[in-house]
Amino acid sequence: MKIIVCIKQVPESTEVKLDPKTYTLDRSTSKGIINPFDVNAIEETVRIAEKFENVETIALSMGPPTAEDALKEALTYGLDAAYFLSDKAFAGADTLATSYTIAKAIEKIGSYDLILCGKQAIDGDTAQVGPGLAENLNIAQTTNVKKIEFLDESTLRVESELEDGYKIIELKLPAVLTVTKEINIPRIPNFKIARLALKKTIVKWGIQDLDNIDISKVGMDGSPTNVIKVETPEIKKDTIYLKGTPSEIANELIEKLKERHFI
Amino acid sequence: MSLKVIKEKCTGCGLCYESCPNDAIDFDENDLPLFNDKCTLCKICIDECPQGALILETEVKSTAIDLSDYKGVWIFVEQNMKIIPKVVLELLSAGKDLALQLNIELAAVLIGYEIRDLASTLFQYGAEKVYFIEDQHLKDYRTIPYTDVLEYLVNKYKPEIFLFGATKQGRDLAPRLATRLKTGLTADCTGLDIEEKNLVQTRPAYGGNIIATIKTQRNRPQMATVRPKVFKMPELDPTKEGQLIEEKCDLQETDKWTKIIDIVREAKKTANLEDAQIIVSGGRGLGKPENFKLIEELADSLNACVGASRVVVDAGWIPHYHQVGQTGKTVQPKVYIACGISGQIQHLVGMKSSDFIIAVNKDPEAPIFKVADIGIVGDLFEIIPEIIKKLSNK
Repeated sequence: MKIIVCIKQVPESTEVKLDPKTYTLDRSTSKGIINPFDVNAIEETVRIAEKFENVETIALSMGPPTAEDALKEALTYGLDAAYFLSDKAFAGADTLATSYTIAKAIEKIGSYDLILCGKQAIDGDTAQVGPGLAENLNIAQTTNVKKIEFLDESTLRVESELEDGYKIIELKLPAVLTVTKEINIPRIPNFKIARLALKKTIVKWGIQDLDNIDISKVGMDGSPTNVIKVETPEIKKDTIYLKGTPSEIANELIEKLKERHFI
Repeated sequence: MSLKVIKEKCTGCGLCYESCPNDAIDFDENDLPLFNDKCTLCKICIDECPQGALILETEVKSTAIDLSDYKGVWIFVEQNMKIIPKVVLELLSAGKDLALQLNIELAAVLIGYEIRDLASTLFQYGAEKVYFIEDQHLKDYRTIPYTDVLEYLVNKYKPEIFLFGATKQGRDLAPRLATRLKTGLTADCTGLDIEEKNLVQTRPAYGGNIIATIKTQRNRPQMATVRPKVFKMPELDPTKEGQLIEEKCDLQETDKWTKIIDIVREAKKTANLEDAQIIVSGGRGLGKPENFKLIEELADSLNACVGASRVVVDAGWIPHYHQVGQTGKTVQPKVYIACGISGQIQHLVGMKSSDFIIAVNKDPEAPIFKVADIGIVGDLFEIIPEIIKKLSNK
């Protein structure tokens, strides 16, 4: 069985990136990390490989040259191999162009059974590349998966999250699954495995290396959506501050809520 | 396609360098920006440049399809066991506005099994047409048969705009369909408008730190998933009727289809977070997971629902369905009480439209106070028990 886990490098934290005075992105914290949901996908890949015999595990990523670090880190979890797609021709790709390009790489890797992705990347938050991959590869998909169980070599039973619960779904491989945080708690990579990972080479592919690729479908030219404008939102209200002892504050707050008929 | 600097306009102010999230800008000896290979063409620097000195050089590409063939605004009608979620109705109201601006019709797309009677509801909420396909294969939502049917309808009737609720189902289906149709899809939009006959979509990205405006100019339909609770519900007009267009689609089950074994409904207490009148939310300021009890007590005494920030959900203190914010739920209660939540943009985008916001935080600089109507700077462990006590005495 061959599992390909697709990962993306994202800025380290989307929560501390805004300078509170200038509302600009604070670059000092924008070190790249593996998208957190993708770490759950890596962990799940490794767990499946530990449970069954003859499982080949591969990490795949696309991004600017610095994003290769994400693959180096992915290998420390014990994955067998890593492939990195990087080429100026791929820059500016939206989710349609991205899923097309990654699908071409998956086809080149070949004979896959299961493709795992995080449910979404925390920078773009689109959650569109997983389903896009499944469509490009013309295989089954299930998104927001929080549990994977093998019924036999080619049949899975998975739990897929809903707004108010979850669905239990059976599906045949090959398939693309996108996973949530609930699926597992990722391990801290083992030191020995991490050291072995340093010796592994990451296979790098540019546009020339992919077979039967239509150049008009990659990068910004292959992207039907176009970002016209980017703004930093401004928020400001006239806040009334309540002061005094906790008891006085509590009284005043309850008064204010009553005044407005909220309680 | 590449970024270019207009040398005459550049003042070397460095704002582009400051704004770049990818560390992709260096400077040459004349202080002109150079774009290294970390550049992802995200265009943030173009907007940041006060001189308009940065441009994206693109070739003018001819459109592959005749855009004028595509007419009408379509709304996908999600339904679970014959219940239509509110976001579908909100989309009918948003879609009506777009349809009026473009002087085209608003249609709903209803597919499933034994759901014919839902069509009249859709007319009453403003749909002029309902495209309808009934097939037992469509009883429960499954990605591939739903994609097949919608692909058939889009290719036959050619809508100009096709909107989906940004629900779990909408965000599973829309990207598969958009990929099949090879058109653009914008995820989780919070604003829709028309400009020069194109759909203008706005959405938060980078955890809500930026708001991006996106267009799909060369392809049709222009597709978007739209966040629940952003648009108002339309008025119900019980006298309104419309045209039902019934179609058939030959569906053959294959190995690629998934099988639904069971649907488990849970999380009753929180399922209505989006409909709650009052929400009490807790964040990192609670210190440890056990202290969420305090939030629950306050919520109980106000008959409110419990919300949470991303940090505490990620830390596993409380299940994800309590999460309010960019990657959680967007809420719009009458009262939102944020306790020990610093108020990172990612949280604010999910709750800032609440009618009345109360923030309790010991850090007076916490960004949550920017959106608060009432600010309480102090120790939540002293203040909240007082509020609970006084509420129970009232």
